[in-house]
This record gives sequence, structure tokens and C-alpha cells, in this order.
Amino acid sequence: MAYVAVKGGERAIDAAHAWREAARRGDPAVPALSTAQIAGQLGRAVERVMAEASLHDPVLAALAIRQAEGDLIEAAFLLRAFRTTLPRFGAALPLETGRMAVRRRVSAIFKDVPGGQILGPTTDYTHRLLDFTLLDDAPPPAAPRASDPVEAMPRVAELLAAEGLLRPEPASEVTPFDLTREALAHPAPRDARLQGLARGDEGFLLGMGYSTQRGYGGSHPFAGEIRMGAVSVELVPDELGFPIDIGEVVLTECQMVNQFHGGKTEPACFTAGYGLAFGQADRRAMAMALLDRAMQAEELGEAVTAPAQNPEFVLAHADNIEATGFVEHLKLPHYVDFQSEAEAVRRLRAAALAKAAE
Amino acid sequence: MLARADAARIAAALPPPDARPEARRLRGPETGLVMLRGRMGGTGAPFNLGEITVTRCTLRLRDGPVGHATIMGRDADHAELAALADALLQHPDFAAPLGETLIAPLAASQAAARADIAARAAATRVAFFTLQTMRG
Amino acid sequence: MSAVPDLPGFPDPVTDAQAAFRAILWAQSHPGAIVAPAPTLAVPPPLPIAAGALLLTLADADTGLWLDPIFAPARAWLRFHTGAPEVPLSRAGFVLAAGLPALDTIGLGSDEAPQDGASLILPVAALGEGTRWRLSGPGLAASTDFAAALPEGFAAFWAANHALFPRGVDVFLCAGPRLAALPRSAALEVA
Repeated sequence: MAYVAVKGGERAIDAAHAWREAARRGDPAVPALSTAQIAGQLGRAVERVMAEASLHDPVLAALAIRQAEGDLIEAAFLLRAFRTTLPRFGAALPLETGRMAVRRRVSAIFKDVPGGQILGPTTDYTHRLLDFTLLDDAPPPAAPRASDPVEAMPRVAELLAAEGLLRPEPASEVTPFDLTREALAHPAPRDARLQGLARGDEGFLLGMGYSTQRGYGGSHPFAGEIRMGAVSVELVPDELGFPIDIGEVVLTECQMVNQFHGGKTEPACFTAGYGLAFGQADRRAMAMALLDRAMQAEELGEAVTAPAQNPEFVLAHADNIEATGFVEHLKLPHYVDFQSEAEAVRRLRAAALAKAAE
Repeated sequence: MLARADAARIAAALPPPDARPEARRLRGPETGLVMLRGRMGGTGAPFNLGEITVTRCTLRLRDGPVGHATIMGRDADHAELAALADALLQHPDFAAPLGETLIAPLAASQAAARADIAARAAATRVAFFTLQTMRG
Repeated sequence: MSAVPDLPGFPDPVTDAQAAFRAILWAQSHPGAIVAPAPTLAVPPPLPIAAGALLLTLADADTGLWLDPIFAPARAWLRFHTGAPEVPLSRAGFVLAAGLPALDTIGLGSDEAPQDGASLILPVAALGEGTRWRLSGPGLAASTDFAAALPEGFAAFWAANHALFPRGVDVFLCAGPRLAALPRSAALEVA
């Protein structure tokens, strides 16, 4: 496609931006939002922007949401653009979610799972009724505390694997593929797929994940385990040579378990799809896990029949910043492109009409 | 522990500038990115999850010790105060008192915060057997 | 683990690196022009100041560096402030040489990825004096002369490098705080 520059319009653009900024602020009689309010009270939006921007910084994500007037895709775009201005110091050690300070942990397949089921601050059992008391800013009830000690919480996947029911995850310490540094080639390896899913648009992941449940890439998934909590971030500074703890991030991890009919070389067992997301994000982690499993189809010798099983399709369309750029660029001037097509259509029509008149 | 602490709390516990050795910045405070990695299935091969902002600082006290800090986020003051505390904690004149006035209270409050979250989580512990009988 | 050096890097990392970047960009787009990217930077000897400024500005954890052993005293400083890992000569994005390396020992890039060709940082005895050389090529409306005390065999080295275009190496000649750039696109002859 050819792009042809146009000139002019600076004054109109300045006026448009000024109007936009005034509209962003809203009624000046109403107090302005602070980033602390957004970070503290719109946590799910902040986490989604951080995931899709692929940058964990709640303060900046809150600022981006405010600047974008709550347009979360635009906010992720702003944050991802900011990311490019910073040098990369290195990589942290892999997050050990097995040592998570668990706030929530449920399994849909083991009711008596060792360590117990912990609902955490979930909305799963609310009635989805609008709470009009929030209009009056009523103080929330105090969250109860219980003193029973936290037991060890082995992963459900590890319990299944110990019984031989689940394909083991081969451990490895190879440096993973990095989408932000290397061009993606297909078939994409699983590390590249997981990175692409981790920053994918939540709506896209949800829709594609849902498609696998509805028979497009048929699988019958079970939520083996969902856990949410804080995980230490550790890295080894070059000048120290030993790991240091620099804080923690809250993560949601999901293991989806699917039946696998077995192949020529192995008997039937379960296979897992894996999801990991910033913050409290069951939906994102679950959808990611569904797609991670669906995209293993080719490796497992399953027929690849549905879009969700096709890594090239999923990864090429999951990124909402790329998608919005390409869709929205259509509104920018295409006068010359269109003119050439219009001339071609006029010519064809004239020829067809002339022929019809003969 | 210093990385997780509040900057104001470190500042309050440090000796005033005229009562501590002068510090010279060697690097930073500077903000950059660190890539976070997960593991496939939680235990397998690593993959890149996404980046975090971090701020790091290295400084040297006039009489020797080098202090390092890397914190999450972009608070340059926090990184520099943490590096200064790290250096002073290696200094024979300051290590013991700072251990008492800074590190022990930080350890206690961070442990209390963790315990409080664990207690809230424990209050949401559930046994799903009743649900199973209801569903038949 | 790497040692912590005594010397800091740029006093004001953001603005100093931006100013040095600007100067280096100018030098690369005006082959033979002499610039001083950060004339007052304190660097560990025997590193030329201009070489230190260039590496602080352009090298990072993603760019492999190869150091001639005579620059070992600058190793800790470069590692600490740039984060650039040391790699074998053939894989280095930045080659900090003491003398002229053989062209086939350094990364020359490929026709598909000519940007993989190394940047060769070469200390010279003098810039602005010594033999006069004539440069021509992109960035130069007419040919231009510059003076430098280049190492023995440089003309042949450069002729072979220039002939590889778009592959090849880009050279930064450093003398104390000053540097001049020779992009691989430039042709060089004795004036």
C-alpha cells in the first residue's frame, strides 16, 4: 500500500487536541481524578493495561488510563510507547509461582485439594446486582481474618503428574525467545506463544478461548487450578553475583487440564494449558491457558482444524496495539489510493455500459 | 527488604547527613526495564511474561563501603536511600544501630502485612462438599 | 560477578548521553568530521575519552563488546556502566581494538542484515594532523580531506571493507576526547 503525504491542517489539529484535553478533564466543578485513585480503585483496569502494554508499573498505567480517558487500548498503547524510552537492565529470575503468597486458590477438579480451596477477594459468588450504596460512598465492611495457618499448597498439576496422569513439563533454563527483540517466525515455539498471549488483548483471548469450548478446536477443559497472590521478584545484579529480592508482583496463574487420547508412542493422559497474568485476572489467565493448550495441537499430533489451534493466526491478531494501528489507520488520508481505484472502477463501468449499449 | 520499604521510612531511620560519611554516586539513580519470566506450567522452561520498571542506584561512602539498590518502580529517591542504607549497613559504625532502627522494624511490619493478607485469605477458605451434595 | 569501578559514568546520564549521541550522529553523517562527544568525561586509562563516551552512549546489555587486552583496566567501568557483555570478536557489535584487526575476524553482517556488521573503535595517534586522506561518498557533497595518523595498512583494510558494501564495518577513529567516523559507505584515498 502506498502512503502519500498530505500537508496542512496544523491549526485544526491543535484545536482538536485542545478540545480533547478539555473534554478529558470534564466538568471543572468535579474534582480531578488522581492516579492514586485510579491505581487504588480501578485495579482491574490498571492490571489489564499493564498486561497488554507488557509493562508492570501501576502508577504509569493509572496515568495512561487517565490520559486516555479510560480507553484501555489507548492506555496500553501509551504505556508501550513509554516503554521504548527506557534501557533494559536485564531479566529477573523466573517467577516461582509455587512459592506464591497465595490470596486465592481454587481447583475445579479436586474438591479436597491439599492446602484447601481459598476463594480470596473474588466476585464469583456475587449476584451481579448493582450496588447503589456505592453512590453514597458507604464504607466497606471490614474483611474478616481467620487464624488457621496456611498449609502448603502443592500445585494440582504436580499432583496429577506424580500419578503419571499429566504430561510432565520438562524443566529447562534456556534463555527464552523474546518477541520484543527478535522477529517471530512460524511455527512459533511455545515460549514465544506464551509471551504473545501474555500481552494479547483480553477480549480477543476470551473470544478465541471460548471458541475452543464451542467446538472449534474441540477440547474439554477443566480448571485444574487457579491461584492468585504475590510472588517475589528476584534478580542477580551483575555487580553482586547473587540474587536479590526487589519486591513482589501480584499474579494469577491458571492450569487448564484437558484429556489427550494418546498417540503412537504414549498412552492416554491429561495435557495442560498454562496462563499467567499480572494482577487478579482469572479471565485472562484462563483464556490464555485455553489457547496455550489449543496451540499445542500440532505438537501433540492432533488435527489442526480451528483458528485457535493456529499459532500464526492467534499471535498475529492478539496484539491490540498492532490491531488498532492497522484498523484505525484506515481513517487517515488515502486520497491517492482511492482516486486510482475510483478511476479503475469508472473505466470498468464505462466499458461495461458501452458493451451493454451495443 | 529495603526495596519493599517506603522511602520516607528509610529516610527517617538514616542518620542525618552531617552524622554520616559522605556518599558519592557511582551509577544512577536511573530507571530502566527488567524482563519478568514465568515458567511453562509453573515448573517448566522459562518464557517472557512482560517487563517491569525498576530504578537502581550504586554509591560509595567516602570511607569505603559500596551500596547497591534496585527497586520496583521509578522512585529515584527511594533507590538512592536504599543504596545509602545498604552502604551504611556495611559500615562498622552504622551497621548495628541501623539494624535496630531500620531493618528490625521493617522486617516486623513486612511480616505483619504478609500475615494480615494470609489471615484474610484463610477467612475465605471453603470446603466445596456441600455444593456437591446440593448438585446431587 | 563483576567489580564495581571507582569512576562514575556520565555525570548527567540522560542529557550527557543525548548530547554525545547527537555528536556521534553528526560524525557518522559527515564522514571525516571531528567531534568531541563528551570532552570532560573521566574514563579509566588507557581508554580514549571519546571511546568511553561512545560506548556509554551506544552500548547496552543487548550489544556484545570485545575489548583488546590492553583495555583490561577499563573492563569493570565499561561493564558496570553499559551492561554490555563481553563476547568473542566475531560476534561483537562493538570492537574496541588497539590495532587494526584482520577484516575477516570481525562481524561484517550479511546482505540480508548488513546492520549486524560491527562498529570498530580504533584509537589513533592523532586526528586533525598526520597523513591527509580524501573521502567521498554518501553524506559528502564533494570529496573532503581530513588528516589522521592511521595505522599501517589502513588504506588496504578500508578498500576491502568498502568493497563489501552493504556489508562491512563502520569505524570510529578516536584520539583522546575527539573522534571521527568512517561509515562503510565512504571511499578513502590518500589526498
